[in-house]
Amino acid sequence: MHALPSAAAPAPRRQVFVGTALACAAGAALLGGMLALWLRFRDDAIHGDAGRWVPKGVAIPGVASNVMLLSFIPICVFAQWAVYSAKRNDRPHTGLALGLTGALGIMFINAQAYIYTQMKLAANGGTYQTMFYTVTGVMLALVVVGVAFSAVTAFRFLGGRTTDREVVAAHALYWYFLSIAYTMLWFVVYVTK
Amino acid sequence: MTTIENHTDLGQAPGLLDTGRSEAGVFGAVADWTSSTDHKRIGRMYLGGAAVSFIGAAVVAILLGVERISPDRVWLPVNSLTQMFAIERFGFTYLVLLPAVLGVALAIVPLQLGARSLALPRLAAAGFWAWVIGGGLAIYAVVKNGGPGGSAADYVDLFTLATVLLVLGLLAGVVSLATTILTTRAPGMNMRRVPFFTWSVLVASIGLIIALPVFLGDLLYVFIGHRHLGSVPNDLAGNRALDAWAGFGFTQPTTLLFVIPVLGFFADTVATATRERLRPRGAIFGAIGLMLVAVFATVVQWPVTIRSPFTGLSGGDKFRDLLPFALVHGLPALGCFLALVLTGQAIVRSRKVTAPVVFGLLASFLVLSSFVDSALLHIADAGLAHTTFEEGNWLAVVFAGVLATMGAYTYWSPKWSGRTLPTKFVLPLGLLAFVGAELASLSLMVAGFADQPGAVAPAKVFPTVQDGVDLAGNARDAVVNFDYSGPMGMWNLLNVAGVVLVLLAVLAFVALALRSGTAAGDDPWDGQTLEWATTSPAPAANFADVHIVKSAEPLLDLKPSNRSDA
Repeated sequence: MHALPSAAAPAPRRQVFVGTALACAAGAALLGGMLALWLRFRDDAIHGDAGRWVPKGVAIPGVASNVMLLSFIPICVFAQWAVYSAKRNDRPHTGLALGLTGALGIMFINAQAYIYTQMKLAANGGTYQTMFYTVTGVMLALVVVGVAFSAVTAFRFLGGRTTDREVVAAHALYWYFLSIAYTMLWFVVYVTK
Repeated sequence: MTTIENHTDLGQAPGLLDTGRSEAGVFGAVADWTSSTDHKRIGRMYLGGAAVSFIGAAVVAILLGVERISPDRVWLPVNSLTQMFAIERFGFTYLVLLPAVLGVALAIVPLQLGARSLALPRLAAAGFWAWVIGGGLAIYAVVKNGGPGGSAADYVDLFTLATVLLVLGLLAGVVSLATTILTTRAPGMNMRRVPFFTWSVLVASIGLIIALPVFLGDLLYVFIGHRHLGSVPNDLAGNRALDAWAGFGFTQPTTLLFVIPVLGFFADTVATATRERLRPRGAIFGAIGLMLVAVFATVVQWPVTIRSPFTGLSGGDKFRDLLPFALVHGLPALGCFLALVLTGQAIVRSRKVTAPVVFGLLASFLVLSSFVDSALLHIADAGLAHTTFEEGNWLAVVFAGVLATMGAYTYWSPKWSGRTLPTKFVLPLGLLAFVGAELASLSLMVAGFADQPGAVAPAKVFPTVQDGVDLAGNARDAVVNFDYSGPMGMWNLLNVAGVVLVLLAVLAFVALALRSGTAAGDDPWDGQTLEWATTSPAPAANFADVHIVKSAEPLLDLKPSNRSDA
């Protein structure tokens, strides 16, 4: 073996954080691509025979979708609160912030279910319906991952791994990504129609 | 403390230099391998899977090629032709090309970085098994009359969902690799000092992190659409959608992203062979990075085509065609050309060549020609859309990856198996594979110029065929309804001969890799990068000590007699 100068093992360089950032980039490409295709189909429908994209008689519950958007403000605040508290080894506050983040995530899932119930769309009704369920379903799946992330982070931190701050920061980053992703989706799917 | 098992405490561990070999018999060894998070094992498992898949895909390619030699008798079931073409394309692209490149990268990049393990190793291991399960289910679905052109609706769905799983698995491996490069470099190794291969893997990883999710999203739309709208006339329903919306994932320029690491491999082998500090290093990095521009056309799925007839367009329209064409197709090709030339200069200067250099050079040449051919494909006046030119172009990309993988195994096998493969056998196999690759791809391209119809219409590249494209019809036309008399039969015969040669070369190479070779020293090639600073084979945790890096060629610093600037 070659005798290169050696050093002490370096501290890990934020692997979870960087990995999460790359996963967020992949998630942005996923949702961005899907929304682009949505807009393409919407454009075709508007300029086609039907002359409209949202099927006749379908009403989108604006209040629920707006509340879902607004819920990301406290979600981001709570996620950052968790980072702030974790840096100060404040276990109760970190746990509380992570719990609130997860709870709001569950609220988001509930609101999405409410939208599905109210819209009463049949998945086999046409292109709009299938695309609506696909794109909102992917968003829903990403939020479910976020809630699981919150739960795992909270259990680890409350379980005593209080120096595990990198995971808390990665958790916050993921929720920031979700807030941007949902803002894009909200504008394209619920506002532009 | 972190959630990652990064062996930070292995400095004191007694088993640091274990080779990781199990002493619990066959079952223990199998359990060790299947549950392993060792990057070298994950990489080699990818390589093993790709080798097995290659044999299957090559056999299908040969069968289809033989069918196209003579128009007189059709002995494959006509209704299965689309599925066979689809499984050839799916197999070569996602079961051979990408996993082979990913496998080499996973096995070698942490060693090049001086890291003791992969970042997020469990994610990479989970990704491998997702790839295995997804690939197996996709093939099962096609066998059960699913996939593109299949008539069993449930198995068409299964094929799409299995592809989703497979792509997710590959994506997990790519994220793990990129995280490794960004976070686990040895002390002193800044991004300008990473080896060329590692740099090219990072470039390709970024491209794939952007491109694969877009492919994934389209597959999800197609899956839900087919599941619920199967019987409704609709752009999202039916097998047509698989090609129209997800077809871009199986053709250029997407596949060109997979082979960007070939240029990095070539540069590393040249640096080792010539014992030079390859300069200008920044320019080579930039040239490899320029190839990433190809991701743009992939993600936006924008048919950057020069319209037909180009000569009839006004000056402004010509400019509007030429500018995006030059940016999207010209820049990546230019990057590839520059990387090849800048690296090749060192060979011309020193006149030192080793077997891995030959593999790297030939594979890089195939990649460069693929970039150029891909650009040619998008010139409408050339009339190559819907022809076998695209198939030939795609086959060249696949075989470039195969050739580079053979070269990579030749170069790095000491670190994986502790043995050096005999050059006198390996080199002829490489040349045979290259001749086969050229025969197989060039013959289809020439046939494309003679208007032989392609089996798979690249609908997203050429949107003019997007409406009304009938995959089953395309495949039938490609085999049954075309006049193969005269020289056409010969081109298709050459194509079959080429694939047979590549298959034979790969089979012989695999046999050689499994049975042959002599015990290798720790640094048999007199290398420059950190993987040669550890034992052969590399132990489970790669390095006993964490090395401090003071230049881009840390081992060359220790060999004054070899220093080009000494």
